Amino acid sequence: MADHGMKLTLKIWRQKGPKDAGKLVDYPVTDVSPDMSFLEMLDVLNEQLVMKGEEPVAFDHDCREGICGMCSLYINGRAHGPQTGITTCQLHMRSFNDGDTIYIEPWRAEAFPVIKDLVVDRSAFDRIIQAGGYISVNTGAAQDANCLPVNKKDADAAFSAAMCIGCGACVATCKNASAMLFVSAKVSQLALLPQGRIEAEERVLNMVQQMDVEGFGNCTNTGACEVECPKGISLQNIARLNREYLSAALMSEK
Amino acid sequence: MSVSIVRKVAMALSGFFLLSFLLLHVSINLLSVCCPAAFDSASHFMGTFWLIQFVMQPVLAFGVVFHLVLGFILELKNRSSRPVKYAFSNAAASSTWMSRNMIITGVMVLLFLGLHFYDFWFPELNVKYMQGDMSGLVEGTDRFRYWEELHHKFQDPIRVGLYVLAFVFLGLHLMHGFQSAFQSVGFNHRRYTPIIKKLSNIYAIVVPLGFVIVAVYHFLAQ
Repeated sequence: MADHGMKLTLKIWRQKGPKDAGKLVDYPVTDVSPDMSFLEMLDVLNEQLVMKGEEPVAFDHDCREGICGMCSLYINGRAHGPQTGITTCQLHMRSFNDGDTIYIEPWRAEAFPVIKDLVVDRSAFDRIIQAGGYISVNTGAAQDANCLPVNKKDADAAFSAAMCIGCGACVATCKNASAMLFVSAKVSQLALLPQGRIEAEERVLNMVQQMDVEGFGNCTNTGACEVECPKGISLQNIARLNREYLSAALMSEK
Repeated sequence: MSVSIVRKVAMALSGFFLLSFLLLHVSINLLSVCCPAAFDSASHFMGTFWLIQFVMQPVLAFGVVFHLVLGFILELKNRSSRPVKYAFSNAAASSTWMSRNMIITGVMVLLFLGLHFYDFWFPELNVKYMQGDMSGLVEGTDRFRYWEELHHKFQDPIRVGLYVLAFVFLGLHLMHGFQSAFQSVGFNHRRYTPIIKKLSNIYAIVVPLGFVIVAVYHFLAQ
């Protein structure tokens, strides 16, 4: 394979720690198979760096099958690279050509500070969920399906919203670093179902408040988040979040 | 106004108001092309009727200032939300130029407003409220002055060029603004949103084109 592997030049963001200024560093990498995932390609680079006695590149990853939302990376100017509807672990090197130069940067947002190299702190999302992205009432054991009728359309929309894996691509790609697509998915998946309606008002007020506290930007409807979301979360969720917020803000007696 | 969604909705509502104003403005302007007498009567009515002068005009001024101040606040907030920029960004892959550059097209429209006020609004205020001439007539005649003043302004090719350029920026601003305002107030529907997007493009082309036609017509008809 060594004879047939791709040769690439990687421009990777290196940053020793949160306080370090950081810079782009060029790395030539060889022996890259077109069938490798992007993360496997970085594994190959890190092996080569370790062999040379250099510090390997730190990057986030976990399940490597597109369901955990850990892998991030802004690749050649796009969240999760040049394809749509996938995470970085689902991006394969056949999407690139032999001899290519590839820019690899961390998610950039005030609310997502860099921890090291390509790893960012996405705990702002956790704090938004803690502010209301749950149901605290006891919903009991599973009942007969017909006890609690749910419109198929709403069930489908709730399920689509629940596809969000909280990877942060929406924030990374938004020119305003806005977290509206994430928050709207988390609000929608509960607001659409009867169990979620009970706390819907408080939930949306608290989650939006936390979103603003974290320093995310304000949505200007560019629609970039929807295009880059690996799970295809729709802008309809943001419209629903706006509706939910407005009605809660106007009707709330708090 | 401290909540991001409230700012977004306020931006949309002031935008809707300005959209309706533009429609009125272009309609009256187009009268100057087809029917000068009707244009004069409409201009005189708009310029002297108390409800328009002392209620709607201040509301409009407030709407414009509100929209632009909020626009700058949003821009500053959004810039600070990404203090370290990407070294390489391919933003065109996921969004339109219009949607990303509302501040640029907005500032161009604002600069145009400066010229437009200098050309029409300030002289109008001067004649009516400084000199106290509410007659709307050319001095010493019984002819209305509005059509003639408009016609004179557009003799200058540089002014016509600047106006046409400004209307291109206005069109780009409206192309995103119109449809975006619906999303901001929470309206996104599988069936109607594609229609709104088409209407947005039609509005963003037809209304500025109407203004362009007026400017170019008067230039050519000298």
